[in-house]
Amino acid sequence: MNWTWFYKLGSPKWFYDTANKLLPWFLWLGVLMLVVGTVWGLAFAPQDYQQGNSFRIIYLHVPSAILAQSCYMMMAVAAVISLVWKMKLADMFIASAAPIGAAFTFLALFTGAVWGKPTWGTWWVWDARLTAMLVLLFLYFGVIALRSALENIDLASRASAILVLVGVVNIPIIKYSVEWWNTLHQPATFTLTEKPAMPPEMWVPLLVMVIGMYCFFTAVALMRIKNEILLRERRTKWVQTIISEDIKR
Amino acid sequence: MNFETFTEFLLMGGHALYVWLSYGVGLFIILLIYIQPIFARRSIIQELSQRQRRDAQDNKVSNEAVAQEKTGGNE
Amino acid sequence: MNNKGNSEQGLFSVLGVVLKREFLSAYRSRQELANPLVFFIIVIVLFPLGVSPEPDFLSKAAAGLVWVAALLATMLSLDRLFQSDYDDGSLEQLVLCAQPLYLIVLVKSLIHWSLTGLPLVLLSPFLAIMLHLEVQHIPVLMLTLLMGTPVISLIGGIGAALTVSLRSGGILISLLVLPLTIPVLIFGTGTVQSSIDGLSVAGHFSIMGMMLALALTLSPFAIAAALKISVSD
Repeated sequence: MNWTWFYKLGSPKWFYDTANKLLPWFLWLGVLMLVVGTVWGLAFAPQDYQQGNSFRIIYLHVPSAILAQSCYMMMAVAAVISLVWKMKLADMFIASAAPIGAAFTFLALFTGAVWGKPTWGTWWVWDARLTAMLVLLFLYFGVIALRSALENIDLASRASAILVLVGVVNIPIIKYSVEWWNTLHQPATFTLTEKPAMPPEMWVPLLVMVIGMYCFFTAVALMRIKNEILLRERRTKWVQTIISEDIKR
Repeated sequence: MNFETFTEFLLMGGHALYVWLSYGVGLFIILLIYIQPIFARRSIIQELSQRQRRDAQDNKVSNEAVAQEKTGGNE
Repeated sequence: MNNKGNSEQGLFSVLGVVLKREFLSAYRSRQELANPLVFFIIVIVLFPLGVSPEPDFLSKAAAGLVWVAALLATMLSLDRLFQSDYDDGSLEQLVLCAQPLYLIVLVKSLIHWSLTGLPLVLLSPFLAIMLHLEVQHIPVLMLTLLMGTPVISLIGGIGAALTVSLRSGGILISLLVLPLTIPVLIFGTGTVQSSIDGLSVAGHFSIMGMMLALALTLSPFAIAAALKISVSD
């Protein structure tokens, strides 16, 4: 099988140029969908029979929680690629995605707490899902802290890849905690196999927000990876050309 | 439209604090993660261009030194 | 220009340099500053998971847990106070400086507190909520931490100064300093307990104020003396 496409994927220059082309699409699509989803969810979707209008927080909480977990899974795949094929871009992805994942995890926890107060009467409860999300935040922070402490980039790549893989066991715990344990948190809204329990007027804006968040995540990740590439490939001619041209502007 | 008036929309049926607090923090975080790489790129370009200029200076000086030696040796 | 005018100008410029240097080096390694804070959060998280997540238990234990976690997190951060200065020789310069070491040390300790203790104080209400501490007691908790964490930083500075010349001072600092901080811990948590019991907290706060005043005035002497010993060998 011809694996050239895979190795091409690993070329920083190719990635930088491709990222430049794709970035505006992901960014504007993401922003558009986030705006449409927010307005739809805040103003047009019906309120919940039991929860009233605080239900609308779902349009922030669920997408950020989904992204928080997805981002970690992507980092885990990148960690395997980084360790096995030693691809620099995979490592750059880990470095770039970790802060974004941490931000989404924090947002999920915060919106969840704020939503929990009117719904369950408490800001926080130590059940399996919430605690596992908190652990996810700590895992993200650990990766960021480890990378920042290790100055040698090779060492930092290998160490953080190992750390990411060790922590990946947390993700199934988050996902299945609501099924395995009797928790306060409700079961998933979207599954691949069943229809959602809520009417389309409620779940369609949610889907829009989820897709919008994915696009926005991709855009920001591309921006960050571009910066990483500039830093790490600073000795190459093509980067130096970019620098000198950018300065002239 | 789920709300009759704009005031109703803002009040969110009594849940205004919770809804707007969540969306406010959400907006803040989204903006933050978007703005950070933009600023980082600027400072990276500045720093790298400074280094390029310094390296070019160093090269220039050492090339001149080498040239001096050659002409000095020929005399 | 008389002599007195000169030395006064010298003092403030030296303190200004120390201030600028501390904040600059903190800014340069700002990722490291977050580590004690995350440790603080993680330690607190361990208790509901390891003991009991019941709100009844947690709300009773909350003040103590937050205080103990704050103590431990501060212990971890004390390395930063003098270690890097010792390693690059600038500590010796500060000790040899004509300006009083007492003041230099006081400034360094307070800056250290503003970068480690103060963030803990600001983070504490969120953790108190997670531990189901009743909302009306949270300001009391915060105020006890606000008054107590500088004391921990100052007493901790003594330990840090004593151990700075050792290779692995870390755990030793904690062994030296933690027993000395027990009174602060007792009164800090006692104040919150008073508030929970519905009693007056004024008396407790005045004792905390007394401890703060004593620490501010006396500990720089001890830190300076300890630094002179550590640097001299």
